[in-house]
Amino acid sequence: MKFMEHRGGGIIILSFILALSLTIIPLPNMIEGLRPEFVSLTLIYWCMALPNRIGLGSAWTAGIFLDVMRDTLLGQHALALTLVAFFILQLHQRIRVFPLWQQAISIGVMILIQIALVLWIKGIMSEKADFWVALLPVLTTSLFWPPTFLLMRYLRRYYQVS
Amino acid sequence: MDHRTNYVQNIRSGLSVLVYPLQYIVNAPADISGWVSESFSSRGTLLTENENLRTQNQLLKAQLQKLTFIESENINLRNLLQSSKRVGERILIGELLAVSLDPFKRQVVLDKGNANDELYAGQPLLDAQGVMGKLVHVNPFTSTALLITDPNHVLPVQVSRNGLRTIAIGTGNDDRLEILHLPNNADIKVGDLLVTSGLGCVFPAGYPAAKITEVTINTSLPFAQIYAEPIAKLDRSREVLLVWPSAENRPAMQTPCVQATSEEQP
Repeated sequence: MKFMEHRGGGIIILSFILALSLTIIPLPNMIEGLRPEFVSLTLIYWCMALPNRIGLGSAWTAGIFLDVMRDTLLGQHALALTLVAFFILQLHQRIRVFPLWQQAISIGVMILIQIALVLWIKGIMSEKADFWVALLPVLTTSLFWPPTFLLMRYLRRYYQVS
Repeated sequence: MDHRTNYVQNIRSGLSVLVYPLQYIVNAPADISGWVSESFSSRGTLLTENENLRTQNQLLKAQLQKLTFIESENINLRNLLQSSKRVGERILIGELLAVSLDPFKRQVVLDKGNANDELYAGQPLLDAQGVMGKLVHVNPFTSTALLITDPNHVLPVQVSRNGLRTIAIGTGNDDRLEILHLPNNADIKVGDLLVTSGLGCVFPAGYPAAKITEVTINTSLPFAQIYAEPIAKLDRSREVLLVWPSAENRPAMQTPCVQATSEEQP
């Protein structure tokens, strides 16, 4: 293990940058509330694929950037993403062997936890948000998981990220 | 910590500089499409547009002549009354970036920051029609503004017809503000214009804010249910105006305004 080389850090950073830009691309008002949590998807993928490399620290950093981009309270997404990364690190060996659709459901549960935590913090700060509308991204993020997974796995193998 | 104090604002500003290239890139397609449609629009369209703008300019100029006269008259009258005179405010034009933020807040990002201009948190934001909101975070190259329709935004207004003072609270919808705590017998009706009252020391007095669209009197409730529509085109304006309210224009009050230039108004 000591001699294992880390490769392809650029790809990981690039994927996070892409996810962050997808998060702020303007969408029509109709589907604005359906936007999947791209940063969480990327984070979950890398946590599952390279758990010894991407962990709580990366999750926290990604979350802080998400907070700055969305102009939310500094640290609320950082906390939520760190929690998600923690669960994934605990469960990655189990989730890895699931078929894709079961993985998607597990990812949905993770996003549910993330959104619930964010909403909770918002509630403490007395920012109003409609709970059921806020849960819509759970659905879309689960739906986006299979294509994201296949694309990211292709990229990881192509660039031999390890 | 972030929502009560300003300690982490520096960290946020620093990180926002790192994020700025990303926002710039995301905004680029909107910019480019605007540029393309401008450069490829036909001569005919340009001519008609030019013609329209010229007519509008003439009209505005004509109105302005009258305004100068009225302004000087107003200053004279105020001199007679020995009250302070009103002066013009400093204004800067900014442009909105086409990036989206937290879906539960009504916020916009501006391409102006405190690297080049002295913006401050709490600064009022207008568009050509009326009040839009105020800045909440000022970063070196960008700044974020809260719109008046955000559920956490409260705007002190008065009815321009009779000077009735009230407050307008955002509902989260882009075309609806709620007017709270007006009794059932208040003199307010559909079509009334609400202008900023200047109380609260954030917005300068006298800018149009909203138009009353709905007044429901229900005698079983203690207050009338009143809704208004913002006059500013909150979801359509690209160019916005940043205003530096001048100290002379503040309303006379028992407790004078503490200047809110550095302090963040939640």
